[in-house]
Amino acid sequence: MNYISIIKNGIIKENPTFVLMLGMCPTLATTTSATNGMAMGLATMAVLICTNFVISCLKNVTPDKVRIPVFIVVIAAFVTILQMLIKAYLPDIDAALGLFIPLIVVNCIILGRAEAFAAKQSPIASLFDGIGIGLGFTLGLTLLGIFRELLGSGSIFGFTLMNETYNILLFVLPPGAFITLGFLIAIVNRINKA
Amino acid sequence: MEYLLIFISAVFVNNIVLAQFLGICPFLGVSKKIDTSLGMSAAVAFVMTLATIVTWLIQTYVLTPFELGYLQTIVFILVIASLVQMVEIVLKKVSPALYQALGIFLPLITTNCAVLGVAILVIQKDFNLVQSVVYAFSTAIGFGLALTVFAGIREQLELARIPKGMQGMAIVLVTAGLLSLAFMGFSGVDSGLKVLMGLD
Repeated sequence: MNYISIIKNGIIKENPTFVLMLGMCPTLATTTSATNGMAMGLATMAVLICTNFVISCLKNVTPDKVRIPVFIVVIAAFVTILQMLIKAYLPDIDAALGLFIPLIVVNCIILGRAEAFAAKQSPIASLFDGIGIGLGFTLGLTLLGIFRELLGSGSIFGFTLMNETYNILLFVLPPGAFITLGFLIAIVNRINKA
Repeated sequence: MEYLLIFISAVFVNNIVLAQFLGICPFLGVSKKIDTSLGMSAAVAFVMTLATIVTWLIQTYVLTPFELGYLQTIVFILVIASLVQMVEIVLKKVSPALYQALGIFLPLITTNCAVLGVAILVIQKDFNLVQSVVYAFSTAIGFGLALTVFAGIREQLELARIPKGMQGMAIVLVTAGLLSLAFMGFSGVDSGLKVLMGLD
């Protein structure tokens, strides 16, 4: 398989946020601003690339019956490494994402890609699948973050664009996450059908 | 009284699904019918309470004294995964009727981030064992409440005429947003209760 098409597939055809709708918890919870959404996306992408590669390398020595526990241990190990790195070097991000960094372990995208792609394909192809799906996830979260930040706090990536009078607090609060994602999915559906 | 406060706070004010965004996958996936959502809620309540007890004991008597805090994520997820498997086996033997009712939901719970989330949250909040159990059970009730109410709305939604573009997941998410908005009406109730009971 062509590596460029694997990456393209992850971003567009199998976009985890808008098409597969996996990993909804961090998608809704961490997108209060574009920066937070992007940070969560990149953190998940880092884990996904590593786990996809390692799991694909291990696929021939893993007995079929215990493959899920093996996947979970590999994923949990990489999440722990990432958790320590973020705590040490990016304390701001750690404070903003909080609980959702350890919860990358139970993000269905990662286990889903391990099972659907990495357990069948070569390590290099799995690496590219991790990059593609990771970019798709980051893109989805950043887009959601941009809309919520613009409507809720009148800024994008921290740069103020609108006067405070136009801020709609609702979009930064939990209900805004559901509503914004609902409308974004409707728009994506419309584009895909056209 | 303190436990009542934890209960009210976990069920209504800081609802696990609608305010904290944990367990969204089953919330969106298993909420098409009231019957199945009740089954799922019962299974989650059972596993969440049990998992929190076990992980709390492991954290307090193994991880903290031996300074293995960094293994928390790995240990907790393995404990939850094996616990779910064990509950499934025990239930099958002991109570086939209950297994029939909850069986299909049990494997799904391993990847329910609410279970791992609550296990980590009670450690972060420095709760003692009784507080943790009350918190875990109340959170599960809150999950069940949100899930069941949402399933009721979705059953009605089936009959509505929805614009083409909004059909499917889009309208479901907007509905969840409105439900979350309704639950925001409870915000502040917990601090009010605190004052009322003289705990503050």
